[in-house]
Amino acid sequence: MEALKLSSIKKSFGPFDVLHGIDLTVEDGEFVIFVGPSGCGKSTLLRIIAGLEDATSGAVEIGGERVDTLPPAKRGIAMVFQTYALYPHLTVKGNMSLGLKQAGSAQSEIAERVATASKMLSLDPLLERRPAELSGGQRQRVAIGRALVRKPKLFLFDEPLSNLDAALRVNTRLEIARLHRELSATMIYVTHDQVEAMTLADRIVVMNAGRIEQIGSPMELYNKPANMFVAGFIGSPQMNFLDADALHVTGAKTLGIRPEHMSIDAVAGDLACEVVHIEQLGADTNLYLKSEKIGLLTARLFGEHYHAVGARVFVTFDKSKQHLFGDEGQRIAG
Amino acid sequence: MQTARASLPRAAAAHAVLLAYTLIALFPVFVIVINAFKERRAIFNSPLALPGPETFSTIGFETVMSQGNFLLYFQNSFIVTLVSLFCVLLFGAMAAFALSEYKFRGNLLMGLYLALGIMIPIRLGTVAILQLMVATGLVNTLTALILVYTAQGLPLAIFILSEFMRTVSDDLKNAGRVDGLSEYRIFFTLVLPLVRPAMATVAVFTMIPIWNDLWFPLILAPAESTKTVTLGAQVFIGQFVTNWNAVLAALTLAIIPVLVLYLIFSRQLIRGITAGAVK
Ligand SMILES: Nc1ncnc2c1ncn2[C@@H]1O[C@H](COP(=O)(O)OP(=O)(O)O)[C@@H](O)[C@H]1O
Ligand SMILES: [Mg+2]
Repeated sequence: MEALKLSSIKKSFGPFDVLHGIDLTVEDGEFVIFVGPSGCGKSTLLRIIAGLEDATSGAVEIGGERVDTLPPAKRGIAMVFQTYALYPHLTVKGNMSLGLKQAGSAQSEIAERVATASKMLSLDPLLERRPAELSGGQRQRVAIGRALVRKPKLFLFDEPLSNLDAALRVNTRLEIARLHRELSATMIYVTHDQVEAMTLADRIVVMNAGRIEQIGSPMELYNKPANMFVAGFIGSPQMNFLDADALHVTGAKTLGIRPEHMSIDAVAGDLACEVVHIEQLGADTNLYLKSEKIGLLTARLFGEHYHAVGARVFVTFDKSKQHLFGDEGQRIAG
Repeated sequence: MQTARASLPRAAAAHAVLLAYTLIALFPVFVIVINAFKERRAIFNSPLALPGPETFSTIGFETVMSQGNFLLYFQNSFIVTLVSLFCVLLFGAMAAFALSEYKFRGNLLMGLYLALGIMIPIRLGTVAILQLMVATGLVNTLTALILVYTAQGLPLAIFILSEFMRTVSDDLKNAGRVDGLSEYRIFFTLVLPLVRPAMATVAVFTMIPIWNDLWFPLILAPAESTKTVTLGAQVFIGQFVTNWNAVLAALTLAIIPVLVLYLIFSRQLIRGITAGAVK
């Protein structure tokens, strides 16, 4: 069964068109991530699914039921926000039980669900505290707990990790992945961070300027990007886009090659370059190169490598990992 | 105390300035209060002297208490001020919430219209207001005063509160909506507590002009049963003879309730600020 179906969703704020017709189907139990640069309309789309914003046109179905006219609380969704959005006047327990109280659930049922959620997220020692007495990571766990308690058909996350520091971000990411495995719940997750998208998603929806650029599994997006936008957005450091003519490649405008898909040799290779800058990351080394023929180029080598700035090196592309793009930036099968 | 941020001379200078300002601001009040406890002759002979054993007298207070219905006047002032204040805060906050939270056609225009009252004094409309009150039979009722003061206080309240309400996190309101809270619950339980410092500021700014007003009580409700304290105190000011003991005593008494209300609100204000600091 499909957990969520969006049909040609459009949204304008006054004269500004923010979403230009979004179609998407999400299967039961899927973890789908919307990813795209800031301001591309991800949060707006999520708010439309939640019912916090009305679409200008189009239809939203959750669990096979049209929900366009239902208020957020009646849609069977739960949402986790970037700023946690805990109720400052309630304890952790109060925060987690408010939604069920509003829905008129029995006391015993509420207590049981809060206990279950608090166990899953190890919130037990915090239950009587107020949000002001919690750290950022704890607050976000409470916000996730508040969503769990509702047993929604659909979990919505709007950049839940953006306000956390790097270490907590990784921990919370693992926690969310674990929850998805244990609950086999359907989750929609918005982020601008492609690492989060790649590590968590069953399927990624890449958005740009109010349009869907491509939908696919992380490896599909990595190996077969539909266009230059997706190719450039997924993967870090960014894919190199080179002038096809200069490399004598015919039938394409641009040749794309990821930094990790080229080899460097001091003596011989396809392309002579000069080392402009070198970044040692321990596990890998990023080389910034400059070639007379095609300009700047980034290469990523695994392990430790030493090259002096200004040194001359030769680059060889892995031909099987090359991508070709046409005049409009679209992928050319090949 | 010598620290990186504060040095003794600078702290002393700042305190000297603040102290000087406090003295200047409080001096008239001080003169009123000390003279309220003196004999009439002593008030004029040495107005700045403290009441001594010979000059001490409570004749002013006795006159105030015996003459007229000062308790009633106080009650009237209290009712008018508190009810107006309540209406201004409630309706002002609600209008501010609507203006800052909901997108609707004419939102900006409505905001400007509501803010216009800040620039146009309500007294310009006195004649029309009086006609209105006569037509509706509200002359010489406290209701008339409450309505006028509510109208007078709303523009500034809406202006200040809507600015503050824009700062309340959208995510918080949306979380409430997802949990099924009504817009009223969101307003009263989530938004209002967060703008409490602004509410206290508005309360102080609204309350004092209402308590001190002479104009509208004189015009709309001069009857004995609806007089306010400020108007009541005027009976002691004659064209030829003024009973200064009584006037000063009445004014001294009139300070107390505002002072109490102010202390209540300013505590709220400080609590709001510190609550925000540790969030
Ligand atoms: N309430 C609003 N009124 C007007 N414009 C808005 C509103 N909400 C969002 N926008 C605009 O819509 C675009 C998409 O916003 P958003 O969905 O928040 O982007 P994202 O979450 O992808 O960063 C932005 O250009 C933003 O300025
Ligand atoms: Mg966003």
